[in-house]
Amino acid sequence: MDVQIWTLIIVGITFALYIGVAIWSRAGSTSEFYVAGGGVHPIINGMATAADWMSAASFISMAGLISFMGYQGAQYLMGWTGGYVLLALLLAPYLRKFGKFTVPDFIGERYYSQTARLVAVICALFVSFTYVVGQMKGVGIAFSRFLEVPFEWGIVIGVAIVFFYAFLGGMKGITYTQVAQYCVLIFAYLVPAIFISVYMVDNPIPQLGLGGKLADGTHLLTKLDQLSTDLGFMEYTTSNRGMVDMFFVTAALMLGTAGLPHVIVRFFTVPKVSDARKSAGWALLFIALLYTAAPAVAAFARTNMINTVSEKPYSELPGWFANWEKTGLLEFEDKNQDGLVQYYNDANSTYVAEVAEPNGWRGNELTVDRDIMVLANPEIANLPGWVIALVVAGGLAAALSTAAGLLLVISTSISHDLLKKWLMPKITEKQELRAARTAIGVAVVIAGYFGINPPGFVAQVVAWAFGLAAASFFPAIILGIFSKRMNMQGAVAGMITGLVFTGIYIWYFKYGGGNPEQYWFGISPEGIGTLGMLFNFVVALTVSRFTPAPPKEVVAIVEEIRVPRASSAKGNY
Amino acid sequence: MSDKNVQNYWNRNLQYLGMLLTIWFIVSYGFGIILVEPLNTIKIGGFKLGFWFAQQGSIYVFVLLIFVYVYLMNKLDKEYDVDEK
Repeated sequence: MDVQIWTLIIVGITFALYIGVAIWSRAGSTSEFYVAGGGVHPIINGMATAADWMSAASFISMAGLISFMGYQGAQYLMGWTGGYVLLALLLAPYLRKFGKFTVPDFIGERYYSQTARLVAVICALFVSFTYVVGQMKGVGIAFSRFLEVPFEWGIVIGVAIVFFYAFLGGMKGITYTQVAQYCVLIFAYLVPAIFISVYMVDNPIPQLGLGGKLADGTHLLTKLDQLSTDLGFMEYTTSNRGMVDMFFVTAALMLGTAGLPHVIVRFFTVPKVSDARKSAGWALLFIALLYTAAPAVAAFARTNMINTVSEKPYSELPGWFANWEKTGLLEFEDKNQDGLVQYYNDANSTYVAEVAEPNGWRGNELTVDRDIMVLANPEIANLPGWVIALVVAGGLAAALSTAAGLLLVISTSISHDLLKKWLMPKITEKQELRAARTAIGVAVVIAGYFGINPPGFVAQVVAWAFGLAAASFFPAIILGIFSKRMNMQGAVAGMITGLVFTGIYIWYFKYGGGNPEQYWFGISPEGIGTLGMLFNFVVALTVSRFTPAPPKEVVAIVEEIRVPRASSAKGNY
Repeated sequence: MSDKNVQNYWNRNLQYLGMLLTIWFIVSYGFGIILVEPLNTIKIGGFKLGFWFAQQGSIYVFVLLIFVYVYLMNKLDKEYDVDEK
C-alpha cells in the first residue's frame, strides 16, 4: 500500500481515538475543567505529563539537532529532563498541598497581592502563547508534507481537533487524550529506532546500540568521530563551544522546565502530595524512554547519512534521497560538476586549504534540514510504509498534546485568575466554566491564526519561554515555599528584575542588533534565563530584608504546605 | 504534632534535598559538562564516559533520584506521622 494511504488510515484512527476519549471524559465542574477533579492516578498523570511536555520539537527536531551538534546536543537532553528532579523535589509536592488551580493562584495568595498575581498571569499568558503557536506550525507542516493538504488547512484541522476535546473536557479530557497520545508517540518513536538499531549495530535496544559495534567491528561512536574529522567537522563526541555557555543553557532549560505553568499545573491533578512526588518520577521515566533513544537515533542517522551520500555519484543515490529533495529539506548542488556529492565543513579553513582545494572541491554541495533525521529515518532504513505513517501520527500526537495543555493554561489564566479572582469575583461556578470554555475557544483560534501568520518572536520559542519561566516563576515559587520571610515586596521586585533583564537581553541579541561578540561571559540568549534567575533571587532576598515581614496568615500557609497531611483546621479543596 | 517535630521533619527533608541535588548537580553539570574532557579518556564499551554521562547517563540518574526521594519521603512521612490517610 502507498505511504499516503497508510498515513491517512493511521492518522484517522488516532484522531478518532482522541475524539472518543474526549467524549467519554467530559468535564462538569470547574474543578474537573481546571485540574481533572484532582483525581488522576499518578502513573496516568505521569504519562499525560510526558505527552504534555514532549512537543513537536522533541519528537521531530531534537534528534536532528543532536545529529548536527554532537556532544553539545547534550544541553537539550539534560536541560529538558533535569528540571523534573527540581519539580519533584522542590515544587510539585508543596504546590499540590497548596491545592489550588493555577500558578498565579499560588503567587497571588502566597504574596497576598493582586499585583503579584497579575505579573504571574501576564508571564503565563506570554510564555504559553509563544509555545502554542510553535505547536500549531508543527501540525500544519505535518499535514501539508504527508497528506498534501495545504499548510493552512492542516492548521485548521489541528485547531478543530484540539478545540473539540479541550472545550468539552478541559483538563479531564486533555489528561486522558494525552495518555492516548503518549502511547502513540512513544510507539512511533521507538519502532523506527529499534529497526534502525538492529540494522546498524544488531542490537534491538537503541539506548545500548549507541555504544554498539558496526558490521566492520568498529564502535559506532569511534567510526562517527572519524567520519566527522575526515570531513573537516569536530569530533562527534567532543565539545566544541564554550563550556560556560553550555552550562548556562542547560541550567536555563532545567529551571525553565520547572517553572513552566503547563507542566506545574499537571501536578495539581493527582489526589495526594505523595502522588505528586511519585507522578514526577513516572513522568520523567516516560520522557526518558524517548530522550535516551534520541542520541542513538541521532548518531545512527548521521553515520548513515554520511556513508550513503559522501563522495557517491549523485545518479546512484537511493530513492529516498530524490523523495526528500522534492520537499526542499535536502538540497544538492554540484558545484564542481563532477557528479559526486561532496559533503564537508567548508567553514573550516585549514580543512579547505589542505583537503578540499587539492581535491578540486568547490564548497559543500549538500544542505540538510535537521528535521529530516527523524522523518526520513524509516525510509533510509528501508522500513515499510506503515512505519513512515506512524512517525507522522507520532509527530501530530506530540504537537496536539502539548498544544492542548498550553491552551488550558491560557484559558484558566483568563477565566480563573483574571475574571474570578480579580475582575468579577462574584461570578458563579457555572459562569466561570462557561468563561473558561469561551476562553479556550478564543485562544485556539488566535493560536491557529498566529500559526498561519507567525509573528517574529515565535521562532525563538526556546529562548523566550524557558528564559522567562526560569527568571520569573521559578525563584518566586521556590522562595514562597522555602523562605517564610519572603514577602510581597521582595517577590514582586525579584520577578520584575528577572523578567526585564532576561527580556531585554534576549530582545537585544535576537532583534536589537546585538552580535555574539557582545555576549556577557559568552552566554547566549538561550542561557540568559539562568542569570536572570540569579538576579531575581538576589533582588528578592535583599528587598525582603528591608521591608515588613509577611502577615501571620501567610506564614501559616507556608507551614501548612510543608507537611503532607492536612491539619484538622483546613480541608483540601 | 508539636512545632519541634515539624521543624525536625522539615530539617530532615532539607537534608535529603541537599544530598539528592548534589548528586543531580555532579552527574549533569559535573560529569557531563565541567569534567567531560578528563572523563572522555576513560572508555567503557563503545562509550567515552563523559559523553555518556552528558547524553544518557545523567538522565538515568535523574529518574533514579526522584524514585529514591519518593521512597525516603514516604518513610519520613510515616516516621513523623504526617502521611496522608
